[in-house]
Amino acid sequence: MLHILRQIARTGIKSEAPPAPDSEMIVLSRLQERILRVLGRALTIRQVDAGSCNGCELEIHALGNPYYNIEGLGIKFVASPRHADLLLVTGPVSKHMAIALKRTYDATPEPRLVVAVGDCGCTGGIFGESYASLGRVANVIPVDVEIPGCPPTPTALLQGILAAISAAAPAPVSSLPTGTDTPPSPITSSM
Amino acid sequence: MDVSRPGLAAAALPSAMPVKRCPVDGMQLLTACRVGWENGAQLVALWACDDRDRDRGFTLNVVLQDEDGFTLLEYAMPREDSVYPDLAAVFPAANRMQRAAFDLVGIAAQADDQRPWVWQASWPIDRYPLRRDFEASPKWEPGQEEYPFVRVEGDGVHEIPVGPVHAGIIEPGQFRFQVVGEKVLRLEERLGFVHKGIEKRFESMPLAEGHRLAGRVSGDSTVAFSWAYSQALEAISGVAPPPRAAWLRALALERERLGNHLGDLGYLGNDAGFAFGLAQFSRLKEDVLRANRAAFGHRLLMDYVVPGGVASDFAPKHASAMRAECATLGREIRTLRGIYDDHDGVQDRFRNCGVVLPALAAKLGLTGFAGRASGQARDLRCDFPVPPYDVLAVRKVASERGDVAARVALRFDEALESLRLIRAIIDAMPEGATPDAVRVPLPEAPAYRKGLGVVEGWRGPALVVLETGPAGTIRRCHPHDPSWLNWPVLEHAVIGNIVPDFPLINKSFNLSYSGHDL
Repeated sequence: MLHILRQIARTGIKSEAPPAPDSEMIVLSRLQERILRVLGRALTIRQVDAGSCNGCELEIHALGNPYYNIEGLGIKFVASPRHADLLLVTGPVSKHMAIALKRTYDATPEPRLVVAVGDCGCTGGIFGESYASLGRVANVIPVDVEIPGCPPTPTALLQGILAAISAAAPAPVSSLPTGTDTPPSPITSSM
Repeated sequence: MDVSRPGLAAAALPSAMPVKRCPVDGMQLLTACRVGWENGAQLVALWACDDRDRDRGFTLNVVLQDEDGFTLLEYAMPREDSVYPDLAAVFPAANRMQRAAFDLVGIAAQADDQRPWVWQASWPIDRYPLRRDFEASPKWEPGQEEYPFVRVEGDGVHEIPVGPVHAGIIEPGQFRFQVVGEKVLRLEERLGFVHKGIEKRFESMPLAEGHRLAGRVSGDSTVAFSWAYSQALEAISGVAPPPRAAWLRALALERERLGNHLGDLGYLGNDAGFAFGLAQFSRLKEDVLRANRAAFGHRLLMDYVVPGGVASDFAPKHASAMRAECATLGREIRTLRGIYDDHDGVQDRFRNCGVVLPALAAKLGLTGFAGRASGQARDLRCDFPVPPYDVLAVRKVASERGDVAARVALRFDEALESLRLIRAIIDAMPEGATPDAVRVPLPEAPAYRKGLGVVEGWRGPALVVLETGPAGTIRRCHPHDPSWLNWPVLEHAVIGNIVPDFPLINKSFNLSYSGHDL
């Protein structure tokens, strides 16, 4: 136990200040103050790999490390689309994942935000469209924000996620409700 | 492999590895596999090609590996209704590869199990995407097919369906558990959800670009696959990369291994309820990725290995930073290892969990670090070292225990060994003759040549078999991830364990979906 505490003390706090939102990543300007009031800065994300090479997933994982500390910003990855405000989707969307992706989207409560991740999620990338690939995420479900990169860095991912919830109409913190309307989201064991 | 014992003639195949190429007929194919198995050979890969345009019908390709090197068995099947013997009788891992070969090329094994493996009703079942006359129709809608999972019947037995969308940041696939209470009686996997047509896509790319797609077969193994592709193309072209480039490739490969092991060690702690481990190891992994970006321009090292060498040289200023990094990381990893080892709760979850004993590992062909944790002491860096591994003398780590604890120990050992190698590479790397001597141009490759590249990635051997077409095109490229061999073993590793231990067991292997589904 002492070793653990010593290691924690020696490590110190590594978290860095979050980057500014990047409004250039917004493709669908349906972001209204009402949405922001609902979501505030407590956001739950359901990540969907719809066909990626797993490179984007590595960088999405990195968001949870102490440097980016995404949970410290009030943003949490959840295990079910029913608990999610935002879908973070990597691509290209394989034909075999198209139905699962649409069902996940349908299961997400309004006002569901969708962020497409990576060159493949934004354009189809190197895989393009083919007998097995439907290309960009926007070919399958509506997309609010696109984060390019192969893969995008954790900083770019944060900029895009923050753009989705704050860039269009940044609400002053004081006007936000104290609680959030999002349901509690228990994280079940991941498979 | 001594191919004269099954009575075969062999020619050399262009490769940096010892590779024999043997034309066989159906009986010889089966005999070669049987004789190979009896003499310690393992199946590496199986796939099919459509060679009708060259009057050769269809070709079934099988790669075996033993202590002498690799053997490519090629069975030219005259017609599309020809069949080949079921090799799963010798190598069980051939089952899914045979089914995938049928889905994609339409050539069947004489096997009982003819369930589709890659096909999921998104194209007509009688069309085969990797045939040369295949034309996709925009009318084909994404489909979904009820998969005939094997069911366990009995009092109190129930099913748990999982996926394809998983409850975490994980690639998609389906798992069907048959359980009694908490105990798993049977797990069956169904993969193929991230099949995005990689092999077909290769055929519309120039040879000089293929390494970029190879580097996206499985993003966590981008160095291994882009190196394997480059190895294959260089062997066909008869060009060797400059010595400094070979060392830089090894530097990148060891950094990829280090980063992946650190990340997984964190998640293994987390899956055992020890979030401290995740916070610590994810911090260390981030440090490695940031140093990658500073030295190579990319956190995951994508597109760094290119045919003919590497994309950029390594500046001397990064050498001292990386030496300091190695010292710090070595200290931190040893401290954390002590904490993991001393933590009763963590060890209780790790030990005797997800056991794969050496006999089963050998029968199923378990490969890579997971194989080494179950007595399968193969490592290409030691067994068939290409420069610079021939002088680096990689220390091979192995264990016979085969449980999660053994795979965790292997990852600690291999991460520390990678640190030693990174340090040794930085210290001993030859200077380039000129500032830009890390990449040589490749001459146009001759048409209709096959080459083989294989690299010991962090998960296991990443194989690429490349065939050139005329005028700098790719005729066929088959990338083969070690996950093909290890996915079926996971089904066995879980039997008799409790459902909540599955994430831990799964993560201890951490297999690729994308690299398998293609």
